[in-house]
Amino acid sequence: MRDRRSPVQRLFELHLPLLLIVLFALGPYVWMMMTSIKTNADIGAWPVRYWPDAFTTEHYHALLERTSFGGNLLNSLIIATGACLLGLGVSLPAAYAFSRYRFRGRRLLMTQFLVINMFPIVLIIIPLFVLMRNIGLLDTFIGIILGHSTFAVPFSIWMLTSYINAIPKDLDEAARIDGATTLEVLRLIILPVVMPGLVTTGIYIFVTSWNEYLFAMMLSGQNVRTVTVALQLFIGEFSVQWGLLTAAGTLIALPVTLLFLLVQKRLVSGLTSGAVKS
Amino acid sequence: MTAASDTAPAPRLVLTPYLFLLPAMLVTLAVVLWPVAETVWMSLHNFILFKPRNVPFIGLGNFWRLLHDEVFWLSLGHSLVWISLVVGLQFLLGLVTALLLNQTFWWRSLARSLVIIPWALPSVIIGLTWTWMYDFNVGVLNDVLIRFGLIDKPVAWLAQPDSAFFSIVVALIWQGFPFFAVTILAGLQTISAELYEAADMDGATRFQRLRFITLPAIADVIATALLLRTIWVANSLDVILVMTGGGPGYSTYTLPLYAFLKAYSGMEFGYGSALAIMLTLLLLLVVFIYVRRAARELDQ
Repeated sequence: MRDRRSPVQRLFELHLPLLLIVLFALGPYVWMMMTSIKTNADIGAWPVRYWPDAFTTEHYHALLERTSFGGNLLNSLIIATGACLLGLGVSLPAAYAFSRYRFRGRRLLMTQFLVINMFPIVLIIIPLFVLMRNIGLLDTFIGIILGHSTFAVPFSIWMLTSYINAIPKDLDEAARIDGATTLEVLRLIILPVVMPGLVTTGIYIFVTSWNEYLFAMMLSGQNVRTVTVALQLFIGEFSVQWGLLTAAGTLIALPVTLLFLLVQKRLVSGLTSGAVKS
Repeated sequence: MTAASDTAPAPRLVLTPYLFLLPAMLVTLAVVLWPVAETVWMSLHNFILFKPRNVPFIGLGNFWRLLHDEVFWLSLGHSLVWISLVVGLQFLLGLVTALLLNQTFWWRSLARSLVIIPWALPSVIIGLTWTWMYDFNVGVLNDVLIRFGLIDKPVAWLAQPDSAFFSIVVALIWQGFPFFAVTILAGLQTISAELYEAADMDGATRFQRLRFITLPAIADVIATALLLRTIWVANSLDVILVMTGGGPGYSTYTLPLYAFLKAYSGMEFGYGSALAIMLTLLLLLVVFIYVRRAARELDQ
């Protein structure tokens, strides 16, 4: 479609409105990062000092040296990696079955995985707490990883099924004619081709698990506290130390933003394939 | 498939998909289906966490209590306003963003990447940055509004019942509009240029193109995105929990938050479960419509 609008028209109808939207999207994020490198004097200044004379890393030093935040980062890393591996590990075979086999109960089971992804968290989290307490998994890595698999597994199954559906069945059948078993087909044919989809899905689970707050708060105690739970506790504890809080926020947000930007194109096409396909 | 059935006996072929599904089913059974059954059981009992030996069966007593609970009706009302405001405004802003991004200009791919960022952030960070910006003493929002002359003196955004609710709505719109933007954009990109060329030849105005070509073509995408987002927003409670914890008073209570707080702070797991089930029942229709649409894909 050719655009017959004049440059001035394009400025007011395209560039300026979009610039405003980008500023809205980015503003709070940038403001958080800016605050984390200001001195306490600049943070507490009124009227607000937008561009201070000097920047500082003191809040980052204080955060990593005087609080448990370093350990919390490690906990979150372990949990998000675990949720990612568990989610992909059980979902890949399931997705293969959904994509390649027509069997009794297929429709029902697939619908089930879709429906449980829509369940309110409060419906699951209350009894899950009681359950974890009874079997001694409260405040352990495996407990929180299992908690996160409530969203990781159904999501991965749907994503991976649609990725595997996109692989032509001829590939499987050619391999079978050459004498490959089902497991060999999955490992040697499907796995390499579906790898980009697997990575995208894995990164999305990692980000979601890293960001998750409610399960992590309910199911953790002193031992395996994640960054999101720790930050929320800091907000209560260091209520007006915005430098420290925004430094923690920046350290939490930066890695997931980068990961998200890395996969966003493919992620969106995966997430929307169902909606967009006509 | 003929080669496979020659080498493998028929019964094994039938079993294989179930074996592949077994691990996923076991995990789901343990962490979703069993807990949900447990929730139903708890909702029929007067289960208070610190009285584990005294859990009397009270039938639908919790649900009866709920119907006479003012806070339940208040939370339900908030939830309805909350969902329509948040989802509606996220959608409108997302649609405008998508229509802008669907044009050709030099910084398009940069804009697309930047707009998506709020989507990647955890609710705790959303709570933190917005609480910081809404700060009464040194918050940037008060400063900007005063500089532009929109307010005379600082406002305590999160401390007053009226403004607290809408302040959280704004934070949630910020978090959710990128989802609509990228989903709708993906839909827009499937519309063939020929349609627009034909409309141009017929002398259609830009509004007519939007009304008669663009919107009908993405109606399906929009419907799916709206359903999905309604379910998410209806279920989400973490941003409110982080920003106000439901306060001041009950002014930012929504249904899932109330259910959660009853169980978490009040230790009333039975009543909290009944509230959670009520929320699920109310959402069931939306979930049903969404699942029916998504299930169309199953047989491909």
